[in-house]
Amino acid sequence: MSTADHNTKRGRDLLAMMERIRAFEEQACLAAERDKLVLGAIHPSIGQEGVAAGVMCNFNRDDILLSTHRGHGHTLAKGADPLAMMRELLGREGGCCGGKGGSMHIADFGVGMLGANGVVGANITIAAGAAHGLKLQGSDRVVVDIFGDGAINRGPFLEGVNWASVFDLPILFVCEDNQYSATTKTSSVTGGPGAAARAESLGLRATTVDGNDAEAVADITAEITARIRAGGGPEMLHAITYRRTGHTSFDPAGYRPNGESEHEAKTNDPIARQRAVLAGMGLSTDELDAIHAAAQSEMVQVLADAAATPFPADEMALQDVQDIGSPAQEAY
Amino acid sequence: MVKMTFVEASREALREMMQADETVWCVGEDLGRGSVFGQYLGLQDEFGPDRVADTPISEAAIMGAAFGAAMVGTRPVVEMRFSDFALCATDELVNQIAKARFMFGGQSRAPMVIRKPIGLWRSSAAQHSQSLESWYVHIPGLVVLCPATPQDNYSMMKAAIRCDDPVVYLEHKNIWGMEGEVDTSLEIELGKAAVRRQGADVTLVSWSDTANLCVQAAKTLAAQGVDAEVIDLRSLWPWDKEAVVSSVRKTGRLVVAHESVAVGGFGAEVVATVVEQAGDALRGPVRRLGAPRSLVAYAPNLEDKMRVTEQMIVTAAKETMGK
Repeated sequence: MSTADHNTKRGRDLLAMMERIRAFEEQACLAAERDKLVLGAIHPSIGQEGVAAGVMCNFNRDDILLSTHRGHGHTLAKGADPLAMMRELLGREGGCCGGKGGSMHIADFGVGMLGANGVVGANITIAAGAAHGLKLQGSDRVVVDIFGDGAINRGPFLEGVNWASVFDLPILFVCEDNQYSATTKTSSVTGGPGAAARAESLGLRATTVDGNDAEAVADITAEITARIRAGGGPEMLHAITYRRTGHTSFDPAGYRPNGESEHEAKTNDPIARQRAVLAGMGLSTDELDAIHAAAQSEMVQVLADAAATPFPADEMALQDVQDIGSPAQEAY
Repeated sequence: MVKMTFVEASREALREMMQADETVWCVGEDLGRGSVFGQYLGLQDEFGPDRVADTPISEAAIMGAAFGAAMVGTRPVVEMRFSDFALCATDELVNQIAKARFMFGGQSRAPMVIRKPIGLWRSSAAQHSQSLESWYVHIPGLVVLCPATPQDNYSMMKAAIRCDDPVVYLEHKNIWGMEGEVDTSLEIELGKAAVRRQGADVTLVSWSDTANLCVQAAKTLAAQGVDAEVIDLRSLWPWDKEAVVSSVRKTGRLVVAHESVAVGGFGAEVVATVVEQAGDALRGPVRRLGAPRSLVAYAPNLEDKMRVTEQMIVTAAKETMGK
């Protein structure tokens, strides 16, 4: 394959993944708001798909991913089955976690996805430990840990990133900076210059990238992961993006300046930007629209199939707690 | 049989498990120097700094990283130095480790032993003296162990490392030097109590160092004509309801004693279970002994106000008999 063909293929793959993530989350929001099928909170990453697609295309199926409560995109891009994910959002049998975790606790160990997390920043120490375990076992697999800008103000950021530095672990920390910590502008509650500088202060190489430029994210992540795989130790990628929705799908985000989100959607949408890149490579509007339509029809079907799946059996409430002293054996 | 101290017993068990299984490793502060009480003395020399890892003073990272490493196939033994410091890693233990298997629909296991030295240890004051075992029993997903003798610390440490569940392993700081004969071939099933003394008149239920106090109290009671049975639970989750209930059915009388605060303590669980399952067999008032709901002070006379004493156990046992 020529370099140009290779670039076109990767560009198409990036667009296709972003379209799938967008379509999945649009369907998830419809399931929540229109259909009342998603009862718990979901945290969409609409507008942030460039980070998920650009980062994750550099990792293999047996590499390890840990993610956040806003992790549908990362998980899909790691290769998880969208139907199992949608069933999980709907709390159904056959969900990735059997309907016991929901959106915030999606995990798919079969594709190396060791869990989204409902506690901001909590995945950082766990991810460092996964890398520690791989290193102890002499594995050549690596870990990517994605967290938000809010997480850098929690203690586990300091402890986990320092840990990775001290033990020289094969891990990429990605701060997916969508500029909001729940409903508060992160810059208003963050001292100093932020994520990259904090990582550098702990001895990591840190790189900042426009997270809505999927091509740039993919390029820089390829360089970083090559260094990590070669034994270069942990690094930090600070990917700046923008959260177009509220904190949850139910949050109207009235705390934001008027027009901010609409302006971002018009001028800085990662999917629109990637379409422009591919148009520049010679793809036609019809070809680009076909990628969009394929993602839409896939995820409409995914929601329909998930909604037709039964809830888990009642006895699952007492299953998979622990081996000894499990509630299935004990009176209490 | 080999004579060992309490601290030597779990150290020897750990060493043997590390020799037998290369996925077992230890992680915590100052382990290369043996940790605070010598629990790891010599292990770094034998197994190297990767398998006996010295860490930053980062309890959340020690706990969280060990969990991550457990999920990718290793079996970490985690050292928290003092159970009080483990509170810095509460999210990691309670929200992450204990819940992962369930939340992820059975995809994960966290085979970890989390060591947290507990208990009163002369003039260590409020942040180095706690016994919080009842907290952990309240968290589904955790196994909670409280060995009280060298034999139990040896055999239960081995069983804990073999266990695929996360195990909170609570060793009492006051008995590191306690000597005893250890049968290294003895296996203990987690969740089974030890009957430390058989008796017909009253059942004394306890665990950790207070179980040793109950054994002493039983001797004193015997000299006064009271034949006490001493049940050392050893494991608080799961716990041996059957042993306690059948003993109370025999004696008709119950005293529960523990060092931790009485209010909301595990003694309440024991008493409630006995009342539910053997209430008809009770022939006297039940007594529950624990610390007042206050803090552990530095001054020795104030610290002593938190202690359950042998005399208190003797008095309580006699009260259940109307003496």
